[in-house]
Amino acid sequence: MNHWIVAPVILPALLAPLIAFVMRHDIVVARAASAAGTVALAAIAIGLTVMAAGGETHVYYLGNWPAPFGIVLVLDRLSALMVLLTALLALIVLWHAIATGWDARGRHFHALFQFQLMGICGAFLTGDAFNLFVFFEVLLIASYGLMIHAGGKVRLKAGVQYVVMNLAGSTLFLFALGTLYAVTGTLNIADLVVKVQDSAPGDQALIRVAAMLLLVVFGVKAALVPLHFWLPATYSNAPAPVAALFAIMTKVGAYSIIRMHTMVFGPDNAATGSMIGDWLFPAAVLTIAVGAFGVLGARRLMPLLSYSVIGSMGTLLLAVSVFTPYGTETALYYLIHSTFSAAALFLLADLVVSRRGGDGLGVQRPTVQNGLFAALFFAAAIAMAGMPPLSGFLGKLLVLDALRGPDVIVIGWTAILIGSLITILGFARAGSVLFWKSTAAPPPEAAHEAEQGAAPVDPPSPASALAIAPTMMALALLAALTVFAGPVTSYLQDTSAQLHDTAGYVSSVLARDGEAE
Amino acid sequence: MFSDSSLLPIIAILPFLGALVPGVMIRAGRTACASFTAIPTVLALVMLGTLAPGVMDGTVYRAEIVWLPQLGLSASFFLDGLGLLFAGMILGVGLLITLYARYYLSGEDPMGQFYTYLLLFQGAMLGIVLSDNILLLLIFWELTSLSSFLLIGYWKHLPEGRQGARMALTVTGAGGLAMIGGMLILGNVVGSYNLTDILAAGDQIRASDWYAPALILILLGAFTKSAQFPFHFWLPHAMAAPTPVSAYLHSATMVKAGVFLMARMWPALAGTDMWFYIVATVGLVTMVLGAVIALFKDDLKALLAFSTVSHLGLLTMLLGFGTPEAAIAAVFHIINHLTFKAALFMTAGIVDHEAHTRDIKRLGGLARLMPITATIGTVAALSMAGIPLFNGFLSKELMLHEAAHVTWYQNPWIVGALATLGSLFSVAYSLRFIFHVFGGPVRDDYPAKPHDPPFGLWAAPAFLCVFVVLIGVAPFLAQPVVRMAAEAVTGEELSFYFKIWHGVNTALLMSIAAIVGGVILLGLHRYLDRLWIAAPRPEAKTIFDGLIAGVVGWMRGITGWLHHGAISRYLAVFVVATLVVGVAAFLGGEMGQQTRALTPIPPVAPLGWLLLVVATVLVVVHHRSRFRALVLIGVIGLMISLGFVFLSAPDLALTQISVETVTILLLLLALHFLPKETPVESSGGRRFGDAAIAIAAGVAVAGLAYAFMTRDFNSISDFHLANSKSGGGGTNVVNVILVDFRGYDTYGEIIVLGIAGLAIFALMESLLAGPAGRRLRNADYTLDRSKDRHPLMMVVATRVMLPIAMMVGIFIFLRGHNQPGGGFVAGLVFSIALLMQYMASGFAWTTRRQRLEYHALIGFGVVIAGLTGVGSWFAGRPFLTSSFGYFEFPPIEEFELATAMLFDLGVFLCVLGAVMLMLFGLSRLARHAGETVNKEPMEYDPSNAVAAATTRERR
Repeated sequence: MNHWIVAPVILPALLAPLIAFVMRHDIVVARAASAAGTVALAAIAIGLTVMAAGGETHVYYLGNWPAPFGIVLVLDRLSALMVLLTALLALIVLWHAIATGWDARGRHFHALFQFQLMGICGAFLTGDAFNLFVFFEVLLIASYGLMIHAGGKVRLKAGVQYVVMNLAGSTLFLFALGTLYAVTGTLNIADLVVKVQDSAPGDQALIRVAAMLLLVVFGVKAALVPLHFWLPATYSNAPAPVAALFAIMTKVGAYSIIRMHTMVFGPDNAATGSMIGDWLFPAAVLTIAVGAFGVLGARRLMPLLSYSVIGSMGTLLLAVSVFTPYGTETALYYLIHSTFSAAALFLLADLVVSRRGGDGLGVQRPTVQNGLFAALFFAAAIAMAGMPPLSGFLGKLLVLDALRGPDVIVIGWTAILIGSLITILGFARAGSVLFWKSTAAPPPEAAHEAEQGAAPVDPPSPASALAIAPTMMALALLAALTVFAGPVTSYLQDTSAQLHDTAGYVSSVLARDGEAE
Repeated sequence: MFSDSSLLPIIAILPFLGALVPGVMIRAGRTACASFTAIPTVLALVMLGTLAPGVMDGTVYRAEIVWLPQLGLSASFFLDGLGLLFAGMILGVGLLITLYARYYLSGEDPMGQFYTYLLLFQGAMLGIVLSDNILLLLIFWELTSLSSFLLIGYWKHLPEGRQGARMALTVTGAGGLAMIGGMLILGNVVGSYNLTDILAAGDQIRASDWYAPALILILLGAFTKSAQFPFHFWLPHAMAAPTPVSAYLHSATMVKAGVFLMARMWPALAGTDMWFYIVATVGLVTMVLGAVIALFKDDLKALLAFSTVSHLGLLTMLLGFGTPEAAIAAVFHIINHLTFKAALFMTAGIVDHEAHTRDIKRLGGLARLMPITATIGTVAALSMAGIPLFNGFLSKELMLHEAAHVTWYQNPWIVGALATLGSLFSVAYSLRFIFHVFGGPVRDDYPAKPHDPPFGLWAAPAFLCVFVVLIGVAPFLAQPVVRMAAEAVTGEELSFYFKIWHGVNTALLMSIAAIVGGVILLGLHRYLDRLWIAAPRPEAKTIFDGLIAGVVGWMRGITGWLHHGAISRYLAVFVVATLVVGVAAFLGGEMGQQTRALTPIPPVAPLGWLLLVVATVLVVVHHRSRFRALVLIGVIGLMISLGFVFLSAPDLALTQISVETVTILLLLLALHFLPKETPVESSGGRRFGDAAIAIAAGVAVAGLAYAFMTRDFNSISDFHLANSKSGGGGTNVVNVILVDFRGYDTYGEIIVLGIAGLAIFALMESLLAGPAGRRLRNADYTLDRSKDRHPLMMVVATRVMLPIAMMVGIFIFLRGHNQPGGGFVAGLVFSIALLMQYMASGFAWTTRRQRLEYHALIGFGVVIAGLTGVGSWFAGRPFLTSSFGYFEFPPIEEFELATAMLFDLGVFLCVLGAVMLMLFGLSRLARHAGETVNKEPMEYDPSNAVAAATTRERR
């Protein structure tokens, strides 16, 4: 029994209350503990990834109950990958939050942050559908706490929308699980695979309903149009490090679709057939469109970035929607890319917006470090829009390559390519206003003369190397993802193959007869 | 082992590595910066030089680095004649531009940045011509778009620069994306993305069903890049870039990328009617159109830009002909155009630099003031005009010869005629360049006094002019290079000889006609110009800007309309979407027969149901009055609890009742700070629609519930029933499921509660510190307040009840494992007991009498539950494995102790802490709103009165 599998959940779950209670009066202690915890989480995640890389499906029987009667955690390549992704992102985000002082602008940031990590890791590791619901709750409530961190009217308003939409999703999750349990009598994912495959013809209608309701639930999380409405306001108004951390939250939805709808409701079972893909595909195309339109139409930087996230989710889900091993592989590559590029953009935007004093895309005098920020923005935007040389381009090529089916190729390719073009335009406009046009504004001396007598405003302080480092790290990871695209995709190929090998998963999880006394 | 081929990736990467240099070296001065920028270019050129002899002999060098094998993308490079020619041109002109830019850029321009961008571009361009993998080629292709975006927008304070950059990116970017599609299709047809394989599979490609889409998409990329009609409009606007950029990108290299691609793909794609009609026609139209417009441009750079468009059209047309002879002409003209056009751009830059204007109408007579520049400009322009003894003449002659022999839709003369027309205009604008800039009398109204520039500035164009004349006089010098490249294009052995004099033939006559006509046209220029200015003509930039503005506005409208911010609409969309997919899914599958008979309805059930329905309807009716709605919601909650009782789920009923009580109490307290009425926010129609949606959703849920309550199914619950006592040590299966079978779920849920407590606390902190706190302080609570905030009866009653309630709580906690109850319910019961206490006597008064920290309760709860789980590790068991045993401590009878109980304690503490923390938040609100803290537990304390009376009596 390898207890490390449960460590990504237990570690933050034990650390968070300590931070909340023992360390709540001293931010330095809280920072140290939170940082140490996150580093440890990353180390554990690396260990788990190494463990999973062998191809074995590791199962952890909680409470020592045999599956499917108790809850199991399942560590395969996919869950290990997602946990590793979470831990790396968390490191970057935490660093940014500490370096920019975001964490001190409200209460309990670090406790909520750790709880959030616990929720995300728990969702990735679980092998039980109901437990997935529980961790959806954990990460929802923690993310709500983080989202309204530091308060403010607009943020609170957006927070209400966020939590209400997601609670609606959670409620529906219960309906879906109820339906599923009413037909199959089980909630263990491996057992569901078996039960759904062996289902009687008369059960098909209800299984299909459950599958579709689950798709809606995960679609809310993954910002699938028309369930995405919470995202723009949430990401635009969340504290920047939180928005960056949320880059993984949409991926929780995508992961759940990949996990559940590939394994349990895959296209090869009689009950659901191609139904999931048939619905997911057009929705993903719409998602790309809504994202791209929003990017080009945005008047402010933060909504622009938020819509670009929606667009990238569309591309990701488009790759998922074909439900082939290769499609999943490309989706996973794009998922990694999309996570870090969104994080890089939001962190960078924080540095820029906090110095400009607002995220409006209007002409302003250039702020400090204009050249540096412009260069970083250029790189991050290239990544997000899917231009070479960063991983966005490779990811896009991979996804296009996966969409070769005769019935998806025309619409799928058109959506991705035109969506990219619009996104590129949107970023180019924003960047040229933010960083270029600003240099045409009157120089500081002239402005000072104009407002003689008025107290001169202190120019914003330049960002320290420590504050820029996380953004750089995210970009560096993207660069690494590009250079090592070969080994990464090769690993993802194995990951996808393991995911599609449901028989292997089932036999690993249901193998043990149980040692319960 | 080191082979020559391994130089290729090094050549390709050198400019990118070199791009890091200028940014640093600019600190050592401008000359040092320029010199060091030249180093990577020179190095690459030297390496290329070592490979050149081999290529001339017909060797094709290849190097491959595996990159992304799943996709078929590899970093493979190859060098053949065509690649060598282009690589040489890119690096050679790059070197000249580096020199030129050193003297061209002013001290205020950030030169380091310029050279960085320039090297990035050089690398991208070099990558295109060296790629042996079409996906790699795509990457470099898009990189040229990006780096040219940076270069065009280099003078970022100029709006023309920014707009030009964006326009170029839009057009070439769009083409690039189309090309991605085309290349992927091509790769799919051939089964490989290797250029070598693709070039060898021409017949297979042309026979494929996918030939047409692939061709069109790839040509879109090539046409946009090479500024072919109707995508030509971006190039003139890209001239806002500094002149070295125009000379390098927009005449010599980047715009040739499209031509290069067509030449490269020639063996794979050319040779069909489709190819001919698209490529040759577009080229022809572009050639004529560009030449005509160029004549009427007064801006020197605009003139050259449209001339470039025209010449690119010429090249495209030649490639479109699809014959080897045309390919030879194209390759030859690529070289010639490079030499004279780059020189002309640099000349224009010099004129601009020295005279401070590029407006032809403000120039003239410069020949005397700047003789060197004038000489260079004249030589290059004569070549552009196609005057004999300059290299432009030779390739134009070849072009006219080919054009004269092409039949277009059974029309044998149209192509030749139009080509002559294009040449005619070409002669006219070239001569205009010479005569209107350098010729004529010296003027006295130049914006600055023109004079010849320093050597550094004119060295580069002069160097190019040497080639113009050399090739023009001795064309056989260029022959081996042209043959090498042309053979690489066509893939076959070619034998030809360049001569200046071919005898009197059609081409010569056409050429003479063009020259004579051109001279006449220039003579008439003044009149034609007036006509041109007066004539209405579409302005590409206005159209483009309008289009973009329209698209942006449209998208802004759609986005704004979709996301207009009302949560009610978002929820409506969510519900409708759910309904639609749910119903569709249901209808698509088979629904089995009902297997359970309906049970008879006991008389009490309809009553409860009716109550539930009435209460729900009343909530809808009265939802604006919040207190009333809350009371009604309480009724609904109680009915649901009763429903659980009715369905034999006592644990659920118990939990539901206590949850109901706590939430209603907390909501009541919270409502105090909120408006008592909900304003009307939606129209009648809206409400009608919402009602329809709600009813539909309700019916669907009822149907779903009915569907699965009337069917039999097997579930894992049998295992739970069987193992509850033996494995979990409890007879209450629900509790054993909660703390044992699925303790991990419970662990997650108590953490949710704990987080909620923390989040509420944090929220309250930030709320009270902000404007909401100020509003709260100044709020006027209109409701009459009770004069008796803490009534005697209630204080006394709650005090009596407190110990009883706590005993009940402990009892429920202890029996939980075997009877309905457990930590969760116990925590709620405790909370209710304390809540009552707080309500009766006031929060502050009560808090002073207890020393527990709420954060600690939550913390301890979560930690205890967690540690209980971890404890099982020490027994070698997984997280949360329970263990239990039966103990006997006299005088108590045998009883059971289970680790699950410890876990349940964690649950208990967490629930209690969370509720208390919420209450604490509310009381903070109250105090913020001006509530006073009472010193006494009750407003009127009879014992005080009695004491006072006694004191009085004693007196």
